[in-house]
Amino acid sequence: MTLLGIRNLTKKFGGLMAVNDVSFDVEQGKIVGLIGPNGAGKTTVFNLITGNYIPDHGEIIFNGRDLAGLKTHKIVSLGIARTFQTIRLFKNLSVLENVLAGCHCRMRSGIFSSMFRLPSQRREEKLALGRALKELEFVGLKEHMNLKSMNLSYGNQRLLEIARALASSPSLIVLDEPAGGMNDYETQRLVGLIEKMQARGLTVLLIEHDMNLVMRICEHIVVLEHGALIAQGSAREITADSRVIEAYLGIDDEED
Amino acid sequence: MLKHKNTLMVVAFSAAIFSCPFFLNAYWIDVINNVGMYAILALSLNFIVGYTGLFHMGHAAFFAVGAYTAAILNTSYSIPILLLLPVSGAAAALFAYLVARPIIHLRGDYLLIVTIAIVEVVRIALVNNVFGLTGGSNGIFGISRPEIFGFSIRRPHEFFYYIWSFLAVSVFLFHMLEKSRFVRALNYIKNDETAAEGSGVDVAYYKLIAFVLGAFWAGMVGNIFASKMTLISPQSFNFWESVILFVIVILGGSGSIRGVILGAFLIVGLPELFRQFAGARMLIFGAAMVAMMVFRPQGFLPPLPRKYPTHKIKPGDETL
Repeated sequence: MTLLGIRNLTKKFGGLMAVNDVSFDVEQGKIVGLIGPNGAGKTTVFNLITGNYIPDHGEIIFNGRDLAGLKTHKIVSLGIARTFQTIRLFKNLSVLENVLAGCHCRMRSGIFSSMFRLPSQRREEKLALGRALKELEFVGLKEHMNLKSMNLSYGNQRLLEIARALASSPSLIVLDEPAGGMNDYETQRLVGLIEKMQARGLTVLLIEHDMNLVMRICEHIVVLEHGALIAQGSAREITADSRVIEAYLGIDDEED
Repeated sequence: MLKHKNTLMVVAFSAAIFSCPFFLNAYWIDVINNVGMYAILALSLNFIVGYTGLFHMGHAAFFAVGAYTAAILNTSYSIPILLLLPVSGAAAALFAYLVARPIIHLRGDYLLIVTIAIVEVVRIALVNNVFGLTGGSNGIFGISRPEIFGFSIRRPHEFFYYIWSFLAVSVFLFHMLEKSRFVRALNYIKNDETAAEGSGVDVAYYKLIAFVLGAFWAGMVGNIFASKMTLISPQSFNFWESVILFVIVILGGSGSIRGVILGAFLIVGLPELFRQFAGARMLIFGAAMVAMMVFRPQGFLPPLPRKYPTHKIKPGDETL
């Protein structure tokens, strides 16, 4: 079943065609990789999916609903959570409060019930706290929960972003270079974590430059170059595709 | 341990404040009353500047709307001023909603300039006697005193209990809010707007609510101010008032209730102790501000990290 369908997605920045008529599907429960050289438009596709940009043309169908034009927080509440390429945590808040941010959109208490600490509000806070602790445990950061998030190591900050995204109960999680800046050991842990997310029933869409990681865990790979889709398929199909090899390694003029 | 220490501090501070009427004369009680009013105003501004991190230097505008609403309805229709307390708040909140709505997406310095303009527009509108309601630069006089069960509040000592009880209730309610998803959402916005929106927080809505709630409280203080002075005029609601409130929040510790209250004592109360140096007051004030911003930019009493009852969560508990 298709969870996310991208149809003829197009986005221009001035004269630059950042994303040009891109279409692909993300199947429910799969791990899908979006790859391509720098400037290929991968992050722009992510920003279009999560509502940071509005597409000039095309559709983003999620669970049968077109997301184009919806605001980001609305898209999160519909079930798409993301992490950022450049880590964006709430630096001055604790690790725990960072994860509670993800719970926000699943909570309902308003100002009045909070001011008077009505039983419904207290119950909801407790449920959210439980969820946040669960996600911290899931990514292995529970013992750091009272630290300020800015004091975490780089790799752990990436994991915290994932925990925050998971706390919003998404059905699709969108990871923008999750292994960026991680060492081999951390990347290894990340691979295990992504597989655990899949086992939880989540669908994962990720951008990654670490080809090792992509080839290992992605069941479907989409390749972009200069904003256009040049190939998609399994890891084996992608590595054999001449256009992909060309895009990554360049062509040798003498052999032309 | 820490919890007990904090409770003890609050009890000690409350006891010290509420014993003031027993040994201070009317002049000093009036000073304390002013400190209390500025403290509530600054606490209401704290929602916008402190928790959310929006640069807003026009808070006196909301204060003015509350005060004039109370004054006009009280003098024209003789509605008891105390009954008008929520009406003043609602009028200021509505005004805040209308003016903040189109500018809420502005960032940092741009928002600052617009809010300065708002307070000036309000003051000039009041001076020019718009709709013939505001009495021009003379203002409105003859506002009645608040009455509770037939007892009229008029002397400074009586206003002391009125103002400081109102402050105590406000602090209690705001403290509760600090422990909820509402103030957390404001803090997320202050830390990183894009990340807040990306985590599912409706940034535009919460910014607007911060303005509306802050204005609601400022409007109610406007009502108290009108009934305390019995005469209000546009001079009481100028840009300088907004600056003072802004400074109280930043200097005391933005986002911190105890910091803001301390700030009110320092900015409004302390200068009274040095009345004889009136000429040098502003010089010292300015120098102190510069020193603060260089050496302690987070303010005197920055917010403490929030504590969560994580020990009460058992592994098998139901979760969100």
